Amino acid sequence: MAGVTASALNTEGRPAPSTANGPGPAGARGGVLAGLSRIRWGRGTVLLVAGLYFLVPIGTTLWFTVDNSPQGFSLDAYRQIFTVPGLWPALQLSLLLAAGTIVLVYLLLIPAVVAVRLGSPRLRTVVELTCTLPLVVPTIALTAGISDVLRWCNDNLAPTPFYATFLDAQNANFPVVLLLAYVVMALPLAFRTLDAGMRALDVRTLLEAAQNNGASRGRAIVTVILPNLRAAMLNTAFITLALVLGEFTVASILGYVPFAVWIVNGNSAGQGPVTVAVSIVSLLLTWLLLLVLSIGSERRGRAQAQH
Amino acid sequence: MTTDPASATSVAAVPSPAGPTDSSAPAAVAAPATGSSTGATVQFVGLRRTFGATTALDGLDLTVNPGELLALLGPSGCGKTTALRMLAGFETPDSGQVLVDGEDVTRIPAHRRDAGMVFQSYSLFPHLNARDNVAFGLKMRKTGKVERHRRADELLELVGLPTHGDRYPHQLSGGQQQRIALARALALQPRVLLLDEPLSALDAKVRLNLREEIRRLQQELGITTLFVTHDQEEALSMADRVAVMHAGRMEQCDTPAELYARPATAFVAEFVGTMNRIPGALTEGGRTVELLGQRLPVDGTTELRAEVDVLVRPENVLVTAGGGQGAVVTGTTFLGASTRLTVQLPDGTALKADLSTHDAAELPAGTGVTVSLPERPVLVDSRR
Ligand SMILES: Nc1ncnc2c1ncn2[C@@H]1O[C@H](COP(=O)(O)OP(=O)(O)O)[C@@H](O)[C@H]1O
Ligand SMILES: [Mg+2]
Repeated sequence: MAGVTASALNTEGRPAPSTANGPGPAGARGGVLAGLSRIRWGRGTVLLVAGLYFLVPIGTTLWFTVDNSPQGFSLDAYRQIFTVPGLWPALQLSLLLAAGTIVLVYLLLIPAVVAVRLGSPRLRTVVELTCTLPLVVPTIALTAGISDVLRWCNDNLAPTPFYATFLDAQNANFPVVLLLAYVVMALPLAFRTLDAGMRALDVRTLLEAAQNNGASRGRAIVTVILPNLRAAMLNTAFITLALVLGEFTVASILGYVPFAVWIVNGNSAGQGPVTVAVSIVSLLLTWLLLLVLSIGSERRGRAQAQH
Repeated sequence: MTTDPASATSVAAVPSPAGPTDSSAPAAVAAPATGSSTGATVQFVGLRRTFGATTALDGLDLTVNPGELLALLGPSGCGKTTALRMLAGFETPDSGQVLVDGEDVTRIPAHRRDAGMVFQSYSLFPHLNARDNVAFGLKMRKTGKVERHRRADELLELVGLPTHGDRYPHQLSGGQQQRIALARALALQPRVLLLDEPLSALDAKVRLNLREEIRRLQQELGITTLFVTHDQEEALSMADRVAVMHAGRMEQCDTPAELYARPATAFVAEFVGTMNRIPGALTEGGRTVELLGQRLPVDGTTELRAEVDVLVRPENVLVTAGGGQGAVVTGTTFLGASTRLTVQLPDGTALKADLSTHDAAELPAGTGVTVSLPERPVLVDSRR
């Protein structure tokens, strides 16, 4: 289930732009037209296959939530969303974790991206590689590593004053361990979006212009660079939110019950339709968020292009 | 390289350094400049700066007088921007000093330098409208919002964009953006104004307009200004004095007219305006030179070998029809009042000669001609 949420995010947002530029340039003649229609056929097929690939599972999922076998169509599953036990704590935990992850990712990456941009462009490769690393480490391996570390800490920290801190870090209401794991997992995409936003700016000139106008270096970064990174930061936030909402493996193995884990648990505990209904709603909400985001950035892009 | 020397120098010939109390400046215009109305003296002393293997500045010495517009002219990569950035505080010299009114500012951080800068690339803050861009510095100084906006509007008026305060940078043309950047640079009433090729990204017509306007403003405000450019026409037409740089050093710093008429080095001679090289031979121990059947005194002293090139401006080449010299007109280019002839000497040297269009009409391509030089001291350089 978790996987559905996360993968659908990336794919659902995409098809829209590719269909938008559908009709080819008007005024094409003879042979060109034939070629065009062939291309359109090709496109249509690809679109159809891709569409089926994503729509069929979602469609059947939807069917599962509204089909109440003996009686037929029913929206009960959706009504139960508001009453089903455990959903709100799980969602709350996920949102809290997402917020924490976003803040930490900002704190880690924004200074890093700025520093790389200003200080040493050569360091960029190092930072990029480091941030990409979590992509090649399987989540399950990451989790196994974390478990090992936790076990070791448990065995060795007990007599030390750090033990309380160690236990706090695993507090089920706000598991810092999970937060840290999510930060690591968010790094690849977060770095990319922030770095792209940064590259769209002439950071050096903007900073110098600000300094020339009496702003110290730090103040220049806060007053000039950050406001212009807003779109990239928003992007990062949404992607991180989507990731945290959909993450199952780490949370489940470490024994926490955020949103995605709750859905899967509920599913196996016989609350099938409700949990699936919840995931459909969450899918729709995230999809809407991403749509808003892409429309927003498109509008920005058009405004920039006018210049 | 297509300078019409007459028009290029005429603007600069207008009596320039606008004194601190330039009564011709309207009161409203003078208001935003109160702090800066006394121009500062700027001195670069032995500035040296290397980037790895590149030497950007190789012992640069230069003095900019109060209230003057000094153009830093030189080919791309000769260190102009580096010099300017040292004054703005974005670059520190390996050795040497930057003095403003005799005070060493080398250690002062950029944001306390009191030097307004206009950058080569568009540098307006994209998230702020024009007014807030101009008011940015005042905000950093904690000036109140009302006062800030009043001053910003004043400055926008000064740069000719009084109605553009609410526009964002992406809604402004390149020329407008640079005007706003100029207003922003002036907002804190700096003691020095720094312009780093502010016009190079603009198209020709806007460039000419803005050039004149920058000059007008600078004279009204009487602010000491350093204007970096690689365009010699721009430098000659705007500046009180032009400093020609080459490979991190100062070659010559003089008024545009002097620079053009009496270039101190062969580099300056060829970089500023168009210059012919005519082979000649030194005689009388280097005091005279023989060429084209003439013997002319050498300008300055030389330590060169006998085989030299004589440097001559196209307008100083005399061309007459006929004669036994064997030179031939190979091409003509109409420039308006004058026409530029390309003449080939018997030894293969190609020369450019500017004649009045009336005279040139008698000398179409293919005409056999005689080339001579006026009886004046000439500049020589080692043969290439
Ligand atoms: N930050 C820098 N890092 C490395 N080399 C630089 C840097 N800034 C300038 N240079 C080099 O110094 C030389 C002078 O540069 P610059 O002052 O920008 O020249 P100009 O403005 O006259 O074109 C150039 O060769 C340039 O490549
Ligand atoms: Mg430069």
